[in-house]
Amino acid sequence: MYGSIAAIGAGLAVLGAGIGIGQIGGKAVEGIARNPEASGKITTTMIIAAALIEGVALFGVVIGLLGGTPA
Amino acid sequence: MDLVLPDFGLLFWTGLVFCSLLFLLAKFAWKPILSAVNERGNSIAEALELAEKTREEMKTLKAENDQILKVAKAERDEILKDAKQTSNAMIESAKEKSKEEAQKIVDAARDSIRSEKAAAMAELKTHVAAISLEIAEKVVRTELSSDEKQKALASNLASDINMN
Amino acid sequence: MKKALTYFIIALVFSVTSFAVMANDHKEESQEEKEFDVSEMIMHHVKDAHEWHLWGPEHGGTSIYLPVILKTDEGIETFSSSHLYHGELVHIGENHYYKGTGPAEGFAMFHEKIYELDEHGMLHFEDGHVHGNVKPMDFSITKNVTSLFIGSFLVFILMFSCARFYKKNGAVAPRGIAKFLEPLILFVQDDIAKANINEKKYKKFVPFLLTVFFFIWINNLLGLIPIFPGSANLTGNISVTFFLACLTLIIILVNGNKNYWGHIFAPPGVPKALLPIMIPIEIVGIFTKPFALMIRLFANITAGHIIILALISIIFINKNVAWGALSVPMALFISVLELLVAALQAYLFAMLSALFIGAAVEEAHH
Repeated sequence: MYGSIAAIGAGLAVLGAGIGIGQIGGKAVEGIARNPEASGKITTTMIIAAALIEGVALFGVVIGLLGGTPA
Repeated sequence: MDLVLPDFGLLFWTGLVFCSLLFLLAKFAWKPILSAVNERGNSIAEALELAEKTREEMKTLKAENDQILKVAKAERDEILKDAKQTSNAMIESAKEKSKEEAQKIVDAARDSIRSEKAAAMAELKTHVAAISLEIAEKVVRTELSSDEKQKALASNLASDINMN
Repeated sequence: MKKALTYFIIALVFSVTSFAVMANDHKEESQEEKEFDVSEMIMHHVKDAHEWHLWGPEHGGTSIYLPVILKTDEGIETFSSSHLYHGELVHIGENHYYKGTGPAEGFAMFHEKIYELDEHGMLHFEDGHVHGNVKPMDFSITKNVTSLFIGSFLVFILMFSCARFYKKNGAVAPRGIAKFLEPLILFVQDDIAKANINEKKYKKFVPFLLTVFFFIWINNLLGLIPIFPGSANLTGNISVTFFLACLTLIIILVNGNKNYWGHIFAPPGVPKALLPIMIPIEIVGIFTKPFALMIRLFANITAGHIIILALISIIFINKNVAWGALSVPMALFISVLELLVAALQAYLFAMLSALFIGAAVEEAHH
C-alpha cells in the first residue's frame, strides 16, 4: 500500500509537468509560426523553461520513488 | 533515502578529480584549442574583409577603366566625325569648284557659239540681202518689162490703198 | 556511424539482458522461496558499490574488487573489498551483512555501507537501520570513483589529443578528432558562454563551462554502456551533482558584482515595508538555483537507469522470455532516448550555469 501511494504521487508530479511542458511547447510553436526568424532564441528559452519545470517534476518523482523503496 | 544523501567519500574524490581535470584541461587543452580556433576565426574574418576590400577596389578600378574607355570612345567618335566633316566639305568644295569650272567652260562654249552664230547670221544676212537684191532686180526687170504689167501693178497698189 | 550506433544498442540490450538472467538464475537456485525483488535489484544497480560486478551470479561471479580506504580513529585502513564480499554472511532477523575477514577484520558492510563492529563483533539494528555502530569515513575507490577516473581520463585524452592537433598544425581547418570536437567546443563558447554572459567577461568562465559540459556528457554516455568501462551511475549520483552544483554556486558568489548583491539586499523598486519578506526570499533564491541543477542532473540520469532496468525486469517479474518481445524494444527505445538526454542534460547544466553566472556578473542598466 505504501508503495502504491508513492506511485500516485509520482504520477501526479508527472501529470503537472506534462501539462506545463506541453503548454511551453505549444506556445513555442505558435511563437515560431508567428516569427520564424526568432526560432533559435525561442527554442533555447523553451528548453530552459522546460528544464526548470522538469527539474521540479523529477524532484516529485524521486520523492515518490523513495517513498516506494524500503530504505 | 541514502540515494539522495551525498556520500562524503565520493564527494571528496569528485572534488579532487574534477578540480584537477579543470586545471589540466584549462592549461593543456582549452587554452591552445580556443586560441587556435579563435585565431583561425580572426584570420578567416580578416581574409573575408580583405576579399571584400579587394572586390571594392576592383569595382572602383573597373569603373575607372570604364570611364577612361568611355572618354576614349567619345574622342574617337569626335575625331571620326571631324574627319568625315572635313572630307565631306572637301568633296563638297571640289564638287562646287568643278561645277563652276564646268559652268565656265559651258558658258565660254556658249559665248563662242553665240558669237559664231551671230557672225554666221551676219554673213548669212549679207548673203541673203545680196541674193534678195539680185532676185528683186530680176523680178523688177520682169515685172516692168511691159506697159500692161506696169499698169496692173499700179492699179493693184492703188486697190490696196483703197481697201485701207 | 549509424551502424556503430546500432551495434552499440544491440550490445547494450543483450548485455543488460544476459546479466540480469544470470543474476536471476542464481537467486532462484540459492533462495528458491525468495521472490525476484525489482526495486532491490534496481536500487542495487543505481547505487554505488565497493566492487565492479562484471558477469556471473551476484556473489561468486566475476567482479573487480576495488580497494577500500577507511579513515578510522586509529588512522587509515586499506584493504581489498573482496575481504568483505567474501567474508562471513551474517543474518540478524530481516537484515544480513558481510563481516570482514583477514585485513578487513573488525569491519562489516551492510547495504554497501561499512561500519566498525562493536566489541562483540556485531552490528546492531533498529528499524532496519544500523544503530550504535561507529561509521568510519569511507574514502574507498568505489565503482563510481573508478568510473570517475575512467571518465575524466577519457575527457582529458580526448581534449589533449585535440589540443595536440592544433599545436602541431597551427590554426588550420580541423581534421580527425578535432573536427568532431571543435564544433562542440565552439558551441559551448559561443552559444552557451557568450550568449548568456556579458561580452567582456565571458572568457573567464569558458574553461569551467567546457569542462562541466564534457565531463557530464562523457560520464552520462559511460553510464549508458552496460558493460565494464561504463554502467556506473556516476552522474546520477547525488554526491557528484552536489559537487558540480556547489562549484557553480561558488563561482556565482565569488563573481557576483555590486549589481547582483544590490538586487538581493536592496531590490530596486520594492517598498521598504516589503524588504523583510523580499530579502529572505532572494537569499533562498541564491541556493535554489544550484539546488535545482543538482536535482535535475541526478534525477534525470537516475530515472533513465531505473526505467531501463525496470523495463528489462518485466521479463523476470513474469518469468517468461516471451515478455522480452515487449520489454526489449521498449528498453531499446528508452536507451536511444537516454542518448539524447545524456547530451541534453550536459547542455542544460552548462547552459543554466552560464545563465546564473551571467546574471551575477551583469552590469546595471537602468
